[in-house]
Amino acid sequence: MRERVLPVLIVVLAIVTLWYVACLPMNIREVLTEAERAGALVTPSTAIERRDAGAIALVLSNSDHLARSWSQERAKLPAPHQVAIEIWDSTIGEEVYGRRGIVQSGSFSNRSLVYHTGITLWATVLGFVIGTGLGVLLAVGIVHSRTMDMSVMPWAIVSQTIPIVALAPMIIVVLYSVGVQGMFPKAVISAYLSFFPVVVGMVKGLRSPDAMQLDLLRTYSASPMEALFKLRLPASVPYLFASLKIGIAASLVGAIVGELPVQKGGLGARMLAGSYYGQTSQIWAALFAAATLAAVLVFAIGAMERRTLRRMGVAG
Amino acid sequence: MIPLSLALVVWAAGWALNARLANGPLSNTRLGQMAVPAIFGLTVLVMWELVVRGLNVPQVILPAPSAIGAAFGANVNVLWADFVQTILKGGLSGYVMGCGAALCIAVLVDRFDFLRRGLLPVGSFMAALPIVGTAPILVMWYGFGWQSKAAVVVLMVFFPMLVNTVAGLGDTSAMQRDLMRTYGAGYWQTLWKLRLPAALPFIFNGLKISTTLALIGAIVAEFFGSPTVGLGFRISTSVGQLALDVVWAAILVAALAGSAFYGVVTLAERGLTFWHPSQRAQKTNGTMRPGKTNRRQRQISKEV
Repeated sequence: MRERVLPVLIVVLAIVTLWYVACLPMNIREVLTEAERAGALVTPSTAIERRDAGAIALVLSNSDHLARSWSQERAKLPAPHQVAIEIWDSTIGEEVYGRRGIVQSGSFSNRSLVYHTGITLWATVLGFVIGTGLGVLLAVGIVHSRTMDMSVMPWAIVSQTIPIVALAPMIIVVLYSVGVQGMFPKAVISAYLSFFPVVVGMVKGLRSPDAMQLDLLRTYSASPMEALFKLRLPASVPYLFASLKIGIAASLVGAIVGELPVQKGGLGARMLAGSYYGQTSQIWAALFAAATLAAVLVFAIGAMERRTLRRMGVAG
Repeated sequence: MIPLSLALVVWAAGWALNARLANGPLSNTRLGQMAVPAIFGLTVLVMWELVVRGLNVPQVILPAPSAIGAAFGANVNVLWADFVQTILKGGLSGYVMGCGAALCIAVLVDRFDFLRRGLLPVGSFMAALPIVGTAPILVMWYGFGWQSKAAVVVLMVFFPMLVNTVAGLGDTSAMQRDLMRTYGAGYWQTLWKLRLPAALPFIFNGLKISTTLALIGAIVAEFFGSPTVGLGFRISTSVGQLALDVVWAAILVAALAGSAFYGVVTLAERGLTFWHPSQRAQKTNGTMRPGKTNRRQRQISKEV
């Protein structure tokens, strides 16, 4: 355990240190402008000279003013602790202590990350379930019909090489114009992003039983239906979980991108709002919320995979 | 009603033709394997056209393929500028930088065991995250031009590429490395002559995954801010103007660029890893009996 955790911790620590160091050149210009306005002496004394100077040179020649780099209100690169404070404020702070929070008003505050993460989560999960279900159905069809296999499968593979997420804004706006709005349009995007990986993975999985096993079932005079449920579907489970992990990550990206055109809550809307108003720590907080959400979702599927495979006796 | 029933007839005819081809003697030839998906695609296009005309679907909901083709033809110059801006400047430069950086870091990670144990778990964790969310931050840092898009692409392709390359560099057997040692080969010689070539199938796997990610990154980053040119810009503004035919034309460009990009990488793979069983089996497909090579190939594709 120690051998595995220690290097990871050191790497994470190195990243955080690097982040703090990077704050210096990233924020130096704003820091110096602020210091000059407050009456302090900064080394190239005019703004024009500072504009032409390099960020690192500015850092080196103004070592007394650097401390402010980590406490800028709208920093170009907020320091890790600023992001942590923003995350705390917009989750626990807002929900527990805020006037709109769940403790005092009974419903999640629409300013809190919990609320926005929830919106994204439901769209992701709904889309993921739809996409996975349809994907499995199509895969079963492909395995059983040679016509379907030869007609559809090449397109399913080609579709993985094209950026289908480009369709997202159009789907949102078109569905909005026919009166469908809210969670469903985002779920549609999530669904088609998770659909193709599942189809490709499931076809591979359903085909994974070898000729000997299929022949055995034939000697039992098993019908195609029985072969599907007793051999092909169980054999495809490891492949299914591998593509589910890809699918859920794709679904989350779909939901976030789907939230960009219509600003009605969600992590994507939060990021775009942050970038409109220069609230960098809000963007970073939303980014970390999205990362946590992705990690939790992938981990949940991994846990399901381990449990299922252990019960099936596939993995020891 | 006539176009609608015609659509059903076209569907039935296309499907019947495909069923015939797929279950007939042609199905194992290259011609058959190309013709069936082509007929299917064509059938869908014709049905789309007929249904849109038959139901009088408004242009702002779903334009007919012919309208999309017309929009494509009318906007060739604009779309070409968008292609250069998004795919060549944003996507390709970021792809080259990101994949190149990942290759170098992968060699380092492979050289130092500490980095492998520390950086690799972080890398595979990052590979699963929605990195496209960094787009607003990077657009703020590097401005609206293609540089910010390239930066998003670098971040998106870096981690999948890193994880794949490190896996590939570890793919030599102890016997092969021992052989190199008996030749008196040093670290760099072993790397160049044995381990990098052996890693190529994995590296190409990473490169192929990265082609799609690069285009996604370049297009989505434009939704957060762009100059008045670019595929993402074209899509989001034309959606706003309800000019859906232009949107579809832009998506067509993205799709063609994505397939071409992937195709070029696949061709390069075929040229460089011709020795690999999965490539050899493809070339002699049809004459090969399920035997040694196929079993090896199956094993490898499972590993990959």
